Amino acid sequence: MGLRMSKALKLDHPDVTLRPDVRESSVASIEPVRMNNTAEVSTESIPAPQRLAVDVRNVSLTFETADGKVDALSNVSLQIADGEFVSFIGPSGCGKTTMLRVIADLQQPTAGTLLVNGMTAEQARLERRYGYVFQAPALFPWRTIEKNLKLPLEIMGFSDSEQRQRAARYLALVNLTGFERKFPWQLSGGMQQRVSIARALSFDPELLLMDEPFGALDEIVRDHLNEQLLQLWDKTGKTVLFVTHSIPEAVFLSTKIVVMSPRPGRIIDIIDCNFPRVRTLEIRETPEFLKIAQRVRVGLRAGHSYDE
Amino acid sequence: MRQHPLVERYAPIVTIVLALIAIWYVAAVLMNLSLVRDGFEREEAPYTVSDLIAGTMSAERPLLPAPHQVIGAFVDSVFGYAPNAPRSLVYHSVVTLSATLLGFLMGALLGIALALMIVHSRVLEKSLLPWIICSQMVPILALAPIFVVVLGAIGLQGLLPKSIISAYLCFFPITIGMVKGFTAPDPMQLDLMRTWSASPRQVLSKLRWPAAVPFLFASLKVAITISLIGAIVAELPTGAEAGIGARLLAGSYYGQTIQIWAALLAAAVLASGLIGLVDLTERGVARQMGTRP
Repeated sequence: MGLRMSKALKLDHPDVTLRPDVRESSVASIEPVRMNNTAEVSTESIPAPQRLAVDVRNVSLTFETADGKVDALSNVSLQIADGEFVSFIGPSGCGKTTMLRVIADLQQPTAGTLLVNGMTAEQARLERRYGYVFQAPALFPWRTIEKNLKLPLEIMGFSDSEQRQRAARYLALVNLTGFERKFPWQLSGGMQQRVSIARALSFDPELLLMDEPFGALDEIVRDHLNEQLLQLWDKTGKTVLFVTHSIPEAVFLSTKIVVMSPRPGRIIDIIDCNFPRVRTLEIRETPEFLKIAQRVRVGLRAGHSYDE
Repeated sequence: MRQHPLVERYAPIVTIVLALIAIWYVAAVLMNLSLVRDGFEREEAPYTVSDLIAGTMSAERPLLPAPHQVIGAFVDSVFGYAPNAPRSLVYHSVVTLSATLLGFLMGALLGIALALMIVHSRVLEKSLLPWIICSQMVPILALAPIFVVVLGAIGLQGLLPKSIISAYLCFFPITIGMVKGFTAPDPMQLDLMRTWSASPRQVLSKLRWPAAVPFLFASLKVAITISLIGAIVAELPTGAEAGIGARLLAGSYYGQTIQIWAALLAAAVLASGLIGLVDLTERGVARQMGTRP
């Protein structure tokens, strides 16, 4: 996990305004939380820089609205190495979804540079280098589950047999074999969201962008899908960028947590989180887990996120 | 006590129909009464009230023919003549129907094409939409003869001018419906297509078009009745020799009220048949598209 990160908390950053009391307490907890695991040791011994999956430098995005300008993103920099699982956490309006949309070239930054897999965001989109999972499954209601999975493959011109194979393979990956001929309304919300994840993976992109994919689901389904997602990430070795509102979800899933704050949207903390790649929900009771969760909470508080 | 399902389903409809027929009979008696009384008095023949009432229901040229007269004339002119005889309603219906269907087809294509242009270009939306709305404000009865004369001058006669008038009337609801339909997809679905870098044609065929299908059928149902009206109206001022419109016109020339009502009944039967056809197609398509029952 090559963590070529800018400083964890940019106290010298003009946009970061910490209250004095918070500053002291947060400075104490700023040291990256490291865990003793072998992956960590081996990474440290590899000097060669890893290829960056996403390289964001000084990106800003300002919306013109009827009420004036809104700084959705203000001078944001972030480097994400291949194979990482990065969570973006913060209150509404902190720009975490905008961040994902900018990386996906669904929105264009007003300033700064942005590289995805070493190319511009637009190039990466045109070359179909990422899969995007939205808050809602956004399945096409007139297509069966299998045909929904095949949709990106049809668009990208895969052969019929390849489409069939991939649909079967990725439905199996999200444990939905047997549902090929069903229509979306015949599936539960959790199943639909699994279909949308399978659809995002079906054309084998290096990068998976997920915008609060489990936000609308109940906690039991969510826990289950979190575990499945981790296994999937472990199996496929993809880079995952994951937007969430939930601190436990972020800590449980991530190798790196990006804490963001609103008005203007900015990064206030980046926390490394090196639990073993294969982990179970039980780690949520360990002191290490709680310590990272605490630090995320402190970061959110430092960004005045609780003042609203 | 539970009723038989058929009774439950059709009892309300049958009740309404029977009530309407009863009201119709009463109206026929009242409206034709003076006519019949005048007739008896002119002949200075003695008459009773029952003679009068019987007379109102069997007059040759009543103001309002009784339902059994209309149905009798309808059945007679549908089944009483060879289908290609000029007195056969089947013959006239087929003439109007062919103009209707051709006009409907042209109107649907035009309507969809206009909707596509409007959805894909802001400039076209701004420049086309006011004209489209204006086109519907001109009374078609005033416009129809102009169409026929102009088209006749360039050598188009018969079926085509009628179809064009019919298309002119029926494209409008389709354009409005399809503009709504093509813009119906969810922003997330459109964003998804973008993340897959789908071409505009793929966005149209795989997203916008299927999303517009429910809107298409809603507007087709409105359009098909309008196009039938358009075809009939087109037959009125143009001196058409055949068609339901021609039949209506001839009936009013010669005071053949029963004939007019029989032709109206034929138009109503045609319209419900056409709507039923669109409805049936819609159900078939909905089943194909997995619409929730």
